[in-house]
Amino acid sequence: MLLRYRGREGMVAWGFHRISGVAIWLFLVLHVLDIYLVGAAPDVYDTLLVIYATPAGIVMEWLLGAAVLYHALNGLRITIMDFWPRLTRYHRALWYANWAVFAAIGIPVTIVIAGQFLRSLGVTS
Amino acid sequence: MSAPYTRSGRRRPEGSGSEVAIWYLMRLSGIGLFVLVLTHYLILHVLHDPAEQTAAWIMEFRWSSTFWRSFDWLMLTLVQFHAFMGMRTVISDYSRGGLRTLLLSGLYLLGIVLFVLGTIVVMTLPNPVPAG
Repeated sequence: MLLRYRGREGMVAWGFHRISGVAIWLFLVLHVLDIYLVGAAPDVYDTLLVIYATPAGIVMEWLLGAAVLYHALNGLRITIMDFWPRLTRYHRALWYANWAVFAAIGIPVTIVIAGQFLRSLGVTS
Repeated sequence: MSAPYTRSGRRRPEGSGSEVAIWYLMRLSGIGLFVLVLTHYLILHVLHDPAEQTAAWIMEFRWSSTFWRSFDWLMLTLVQFHAFMGMRTVISDYSRGGLRTLLLSGLYLLGIVLFVLGTIVVMTLPNPVPAG
């Protein structure tokens, strides 16, 4: 399936959409379970929270944010083209527009999460 | 009516059965999640530091309002549908026959269990009694 697609931007957009979607699904399974623990076993939840707040946990949080943002923007692009098929002609330009928005939102968010990362290392307080 | 240009989306299924309904619901839930999930991430991972969000913090602040509980339950409902129907597409692309049936059954079971657990906690988690 990955190799049968038409190539170029459309294929990369689709590949990223699928990989980010499966990754977000995996986190969703974990996340619904951990939030369930807030009621069922708050101590276990707080222990998990300490793991999430480690440097490795914060890198995962940042990657999750990137996956969610890409999937959201590309999903919107797909939806727009599905409902207005004429715009499919511009699918490549729309994909580059996605990346512009991705960078515009992603860079400030990265700066904030870098602050969390430095705090987790004990570099700043 | 095949388009003369590349389609990057998934073609809408023919007819008027449940596959068409799922096709539309994937897009509608996606638009809803675009707003809900990005807002969720912005508030809880950017404006607030997740390291401070202990179980007590959630009870006392985050879920002290019906609005945020409703927001989270709506997000849970849409994300369970969207994520599990998305995984259904992925599983169906890469497996067939008995294996596909087995994987899809497990997927639906997991989706229902998570929806029930999430609904229980968002609806029943007590708020601490205010002091005084």
